[in-house]
Amino acid sequence: MNKIIQLFKEKQKDVLAVYFTAGYPALEDTLDIATAIANNGADLVEIGIPFSDPVADGPTIQNSSKLALDNGMSVEKLLEQLEGAKKGIEAPVVLMGYLNPVLQYGVEAFCEKASSVGVDGLILPDLPLAEYESEYKDIFERYGLLNIFLITPQTSDKRIRQIDSISEGFIYMVSSTSTTGAKTGISKEQEAYFERIQKMNLKNPTLIGFGISNAATFQQASQFSNGAIIGSACIKAIEKEGNAAVHAAKFVKDIVA
Amino acid sequence: MQFEVDENGYFGQFGGAFIPEMLHPNIQELQDQYLAIIGSDQFKKDFDHLLKDYVGRPSPLYFANRLSQQYGTQIYLKREDLNHTGAHKINNTIGQILLAKALGKDKIIAETGAGQHGVATATVCALAGVECIVYMGEIDIARQKPNVERMKLLGATVVPATSGSKTLKDATNEAMRHWINHPDAHYIIGSTVGPHPYPDMVAKFQSVISAEMRLQLKEKTGNTNPDAIIACVGGGSNAMGAFYHYLDAEEVRLIAVEAGGHGVASGATAATTQIGKSGVLHGSKTLFMQTKDGQVVEPYSISAGLDYPGIGPSHAHLFETKRAEYISINDEEALQAGVELCRLEGIIPAIESAHALAALSTIKFKREAVVVVNLSGRGDKDLETYITKAVY
Repeated sequence: MNKIIQLFKEKQKDVLAVYFTAGYPALEDTLDIATAIANNGADLVEIGIPFSDPVADGPTIQNSSKLALDNGMSVEKLLEQLEGAKKGIEAPVVLMGYLNPVLQYGVEAFCEKASSVGVDGLILPDLPLAEYESEYKDIFERYGLLNIFLITPQTSDKRIRQIDSISEGFIYMVSSTSTTGAKTGISKEQEAYFERIQKMNLKNPTLIGFGISNAATFQQASQFSNGAIIGSACIKAIEKEGNAAVHAAKFVKDIVA
Repeated sequence: MQFEVDENGYFGQFGGAFIPEMLHPNIQELQDQYLAIIGSDQFKKDFDHLLKDYVGRPSPLYFANRLSQQYGTQIYLKREDLNHTGAHKINNTIGQILLAKALGKDKIIAETGAGQHGVATATVCALAGVECIVYMGEIDIARQKPNVERMKLLGATVVPATSGSKTLKDATNEAMRHWINHPDAHYIIGSTVGPHPYPDMVAKFQSVISAEMRLQLKEKTGNTNPDAIIACVGGGSNAMGAFYHYLDAEEVRLIAVEAGGHGVASGATAATTQIGKSGVLHGSKTLFMQTKDGQVVEPYSISAGLDYPGIGPSHAHLFETKRAEYISINDEEALQAGVELCRLEGIIPAIESAHALAALSTIKFKREAVVVVNLSGRGDKDLETYITKAVY
């Protein structure tokens, strides 16, 4: 069984997913950080594939992506690094990135390789639903990879139902209409949106992301969903002076403490 | 051959709407409504009225006598440089501000390279009394100072894009990010790029260029069709406007001129069709310059308006089907052609448009051939570049 599906079978509350950018702060940090995140309390590891023009990301992930590329990170390099992760990481692994690097690698070759190195799902924010269904769904399924879709406060109920019906694993609930790391904290207005989604009784679990940065916001978001995703705040923690994996471990521990 | 956009927003294999979910409601709204809005009687009436009385259209089609003698052919200049604000960009911004109003939007975002689109957007925002934010690369702000001041004078807020190459590509990224964070705004894209329906919508607004050319050529030469049309291509809006009504007239040669920069093989170029590959950038599948790993390669051109790593999807389709020819002109050649037009015709062209003029030196036309060069903009904004870089 796909490890993401397995995860939500076993755990329905307070699921913690943590994102970081592959190849940042140093090229060879990827595995150490992923392992530190997985071994210190995160339920799901989300690894960012850096892209030169990340339009859905705020300054923190723009910066980590740029530096990762300057360090020499690429799709090929990342998949190579992940080869070593198969034994060390129990938690499901999701790759998040923009469509173009995947297209250039070749979608089929990418899925085949990703699946063989233990990747369980993909989040490609600029791959539209219709395009996925007509061009890529069969390939993803052939290699047992789940495609994770986003919904936002502006997504219509009808579209949410449509996304729910073709999704597997979980739905990525973007907490506000914003780029990543743009806001912190959760407003009353956002809570109303979370409640609205809760009442829809979707067949898929939901994880709330964007604006979740610490134990308090993680707890708050988790009240309305199956858990939450933290990204920019983790990047900020690991880019401090010192060992990135040690920072990552401490960051995750503080969230689940 | 099919050159119109299909129901899914594609031109052949290029186009589509590859956007993050956050932008889906806005793009869906545009896709659902743009044709009905721009096809309505009220819109057409307002658009035509503003193009005539505000922009000063039709722009003249001028027979360039001395230039024609120089090249031994019949050269006409479509004078988009004479439009209000100095370039073709205003045709699109007039259309989009009317569309934004019809959609009930009172905040406008735009990106700009040379600043021509930024000025054209700031202008229509002043006209409509709406808020205007223009993203512009930090490097472009430095090399196009007069346009920055014009935008500010017109009441717009100019925000420097400091990421990446700090030019048009990054200004576009920043404008898209701003739109994600402010979905109540309308984003006026300045070229035939971006997610569907922008490439088609912008082409339709710019198509007034070739609609007028047909009537003007008929009057001056007795034939609606020229032998060739030459236009420069960054994202591709002036070229698409100049080609639009001739796409199905296969006897008309369509020549698109890309910015070669220091040379196609130099590593400092914006000649997309020469070294680009198909991929997804800024919301559509199109041709752009990228590494093997799919990272966007920073473009280079002396002309800020052509300094973009890709071309719009409709151009990618014209290139692939060979309906249009794509050539590249280097910085030096463009500067020379710009100076030549100053001396032969008393017209200072934008350095973007000078790329199109330079094609006259590389392609030999018959003496009786009618060749239209789309003079997309005037060179006032480029005086400093001419003064410091051109030899005259």
